[in-house]
Amino acid sequence: MKPPSFVYHAPATVAEAVEALAAAGADGKVLAGGQSLIPLMNMRLAAPGHLVDINHVAGLAGITAEPGGVRVGALARHAEVEASETAHAAQPLVRRALRLVAHPAVRNRGTTVGSIVHADPAAEMPAVLALLDGSVRVRGAEGERDIPAAEFFTGPMESSLRTGELAVSVFFPSSEGGTAIVEMARRHGDYAMAGVAALVAPDHARVACLSVGAVPVVVDVTEAEGDWRRAARLVQEQIDPEADIHATADYRRHLTGVLTERALKAAADA
Amino acid sequence: MHDVTLIVNGVPRHARVPARRLLSDFLRHDLGLTGTHVGCEHGVCGACTVLLDGQPVRACLTFAVSVSGQEVTTVEGLARDGQPSAVQRGFAECHGLQCGFCTPGFLTTATAFLRDNPAPSDEDVIEAVSGNLCRCTGYQNIVKSVHRAAELLAEEGP
Repeated sequence: MKPPSFVYHAPATVAEAVEALAAAGADGKVLAGGQSLIPLMNMRLAAPGHLVDINHVAGLAGITAEPGGVRVGALARHAEVEASETAHAAQPLVRRALRLVAHPAVRNRGTTVGSIVHADPAAEMPAVLALLDGSVRVRGAEGERDIPAAEFFTGPMESSLRTGELAVSVFFPSSEGGTAIVEMARRHGDYAMAGVAALVAPDHARVACLSVGAVPVVVDVTEAEGDWRRAARLVQEQIDPEADIHATADYRRHLTGVLTERALKAAADA
Repeated sequence: MHDVTLIVNGVPRHARVPARRLLSDFLRHDLGLTGTHVGCEHGVCGACTVLLDGQPVRACLTFAVSVSGQEVTTVEGLARDGQPSAVQRGFAECHGLQCGFCTPGFLTTATAFLRDNPAPSDEDVIEAVSGNLCRCTGYQNIVKSVHRAAELLAEEGP
């Protein structure tokens, strides 16, 4: 179908964007890559009255090395982040995870920050941010704040971003030790039925699971002490997956266990 | 209403359209370029894929107003001097299409892919076209077509 009509705003600066968002209130939405928003609008599942298009805002496309990680701007496309040696040097999990996000044509337009702000619990990048304990930098009328991943995701497609705030960048921390991400989808590029991102550091290990809860589910598995089968059981006990047309809840729990073991092994070997 | 100007296949084209006009409909309805096909209209099928500043994107997941001033290549822009491009010839030679509905998306996708990766493996080709659906061919001939196009491009030289 065709998207419903809306009032279009094309700010040139972050300040103008924040002003337009504040004026639009709850009826306003940010348009960056649009690869999640426009399908929702085409299917009439979303009908925002105002779209604030940030594609012409200067200074949001950067991918910059910072002490302890990499900062990705709100206009950096998935494909740019995937290709970025700066991002890869700081956190190799980012590139590996982006290769699982949809298809190349979608990654050419979609943005990594947009995917995180969309907060789909079935998406890869929110799980990566949650696993790494990254943060989202937001700008509002009252200034700038950094929201840790653990506080950012509050429900399916819901975040602690307030009305009138714009996410300007996310920060992916570097990690000591290895990382990996594995998932199982009916078709390559589809939303995964289950997926697990894992981090194995010298003194701790944890995973972030996608598609098995309202938000990315982070489970600390340090106590498994390298017994990844035991870690898989720990994770299975802590998730509460739902059934849908693609998989039953039991199958999702089973898959998450298998994938947890695989992801942790791969991270330990990385 | 918004003034939108795009460089479409090398030619500046203008129309005054509502903000909600999708790039796919801008090309088809406002510019009369019906080579770009609209299948699912929510980003799944890939039939509407066009090149935006050289990169494949879903025209059905792009607002025309948002990309005003940028360059778009559609399937109509692939031929040179009235001759089908190497990619188009590859698809014709290897029966990479049957009904042809999905073909514009495959051709634009393969054109950008072979520009960036002129000697791809089977795996590379499958990954490159994984975002495009075809209900006729079973994909085998599409993969062959892309490999054949790579050969033809290599023969053409730079």
